[in-house]
Amino acid sequence: MFMGMSLRSIGFMRNPPVAITVFGREVAAHPGESLAAALIAADVREFVAFCHMGVCQQCLVRVDGRLVQACLTPVAAGMVVS
Amino acid sequence: MIHDIAILGGGPAGMAAATEAARAGARTVLLEESHAPGGQVYRKPVFDGPVDADRRAGDALRAALAESGAQVITGVRVWGLGGGPLVAEGRAPFVLTGLGAEVSARALILATGTHERIIPFPGWTLPGVLGLAAATILLKAQGVLPGRRVVVAGQGPLLYAVAAKIIAGGGQVAAIADAATTYEWAQALPRLFARPDVLGRGLAWRARILGAGVPVFSGARVAEALGEGRIAAVRINGRIIEADALCIGHGLVPATEASRAYRAVHVHDPALGGWVPVLDADRRTSVPGLYAAGDGAGLRGAAAAPASGQLAARAALRDLGMDPVGRDPTAAFARAARAGAAMAGMMALRPALVAAIPAATEVCRCEGVTRAAIEEAADAGAGTMNQLKHFTRCGMGPCQGRMCGEAASALLAARRGVSIAAVGFATGRTPLRPVPMDAILGDFAYADIPVPAPAPL
Repeated sequence: MFMGMSLRSIGFMRNPPVAITVFGREVAAHPGESLAAALIAADVREFVAFCHMGVCQQCLVRVDGRLVQACLTPVAAGMVVS
Repeated sequence: MIHDIAILGGGPAGMAAATEAARAGARTVLLEESHAPGGQVYRKPVFDGPVDADRRAGDALRAALAESGAQVITGVRVWGLGGGPLVAEGRAPFVLTGLGAEVSARALILATGTHERIIPFPGWTLPGVLGLAAATILLKAQGVLPGRRVVVAGQGPLLYAVAAKIIAGGGQVAAIADAATTYEWAQALPRLFARPDVLGRGLAWRARILGAGVPVFSGARVAEALGEGRIAAVRINGRIIEADALCIGHGLVPATEASRAYRAVHVHDPALGGWVPVLDADRRTSVPGLYAAGDGAGLRGAAAAPASGQLAARAALRDLGMDPVGRDPTAAFARAARAGAAMAGMMALRPALVAAIPAATEVCRCEGVTRAAIEEAADAGAGTMNQLKHFTRCGMGPCQGRMCGEAASALLAARRGVSIAAVGFATGRTPLRPVPMDAILGDFAYADIPVPAPAPL
């Protein structure tokens, strides 16, 4: 219903996008941005990020097999999120 | 090496405290969880973006810190606290253990900031619902909108800051639901004249929101968030408002895990955000060598935080027999704290929001404890927050009660017919944050495990 518009604001000097794998599908993200922000910008709908400051633990995901908080984890090329 | 002064937390209070201490010649170390000092309000953006007043203030504090000679350790999650009053014999140095770093210091300044209070409502666990402070981080540090059509709700100045940022970033704000009435804002306004810059920014936010034609409901609360597996709408005042995100927050709560763990004396003061360590005028806690600064010691806002950090550092320096070199920040703190106090008042816990939580709504989202379960435990004899944990597991999940503690203690107190102060708080314990087992265990061979000799038969 509100699709189509990018959730990333203009005016930020982002690193060139790279591919990461999120729950089995490929998603573009900018190295350095938080994984939580990248998943929101990619419209990953089953993902909850509540506090974005490392407190609530709601955004726990596995990155390359390790349990991490997505809000404190910077995006890196090729990471696999499950 | 044993440092003279360690500072836990690199927000405005921690940065200013470390700068003040290092300038006076103290061996100073600052520990910060994120990848750059700044804290939440002055968080350094991941990518260069629009420069605003917060960015300039944060950059100035970061530059002063870098010049001061203080050691700054970033990206370290401190989970272990030791030494100080936790050691039986005499005065021992404070020991902070983090993933990949351990620091000892003769004095410790806590500048741990706040986390957000969010009073539960049906649907608050749906994806797409996030905190107001969370939204500011997402918008300012990451440059990402929480949604394309967003409802902004709750209380305090962050409401209007978030709404204005969403509009500036190209998103649509479907509605604002402010728990405070316009009368309450009018009463808070005169004290803001102490900080014309803060007042001016607030008025600019309001102008942007009015210009965008956003409906603002005053004295309103979110009754529920609706959606299947994802937020689709929000119910406010009997109206259903379509939205793909809801940013909601009911004020900020001082993060007192560390001062609790060191067994400092605390007091419940709603005007300061809730439980805070008892401090003297120079920001000493009841524990010798332990100081607290910034919003983590009582809400007075980011503008007041640097002066409070300097006050704590000066007290620590004097107690260690060193002389502070900077200017006395007492007057600057008092001025900024006056405006901060008005905003803290707008962010205080609202009992009416707690009373409106339905019985079946989850209060502790980690452990799935509902309001009904909390009240059942209260009726069965749970009279304190520690007892509530034993009865229900409320506050025992991964967030350790940081998200539910405020609502749970208000519910428990109301059911028991006592004050929130009377139900107390969960005892502070390490680990302060979840830590992977391998970080604690380290590398060892099986043969290294000491096996005690069996007891004689």
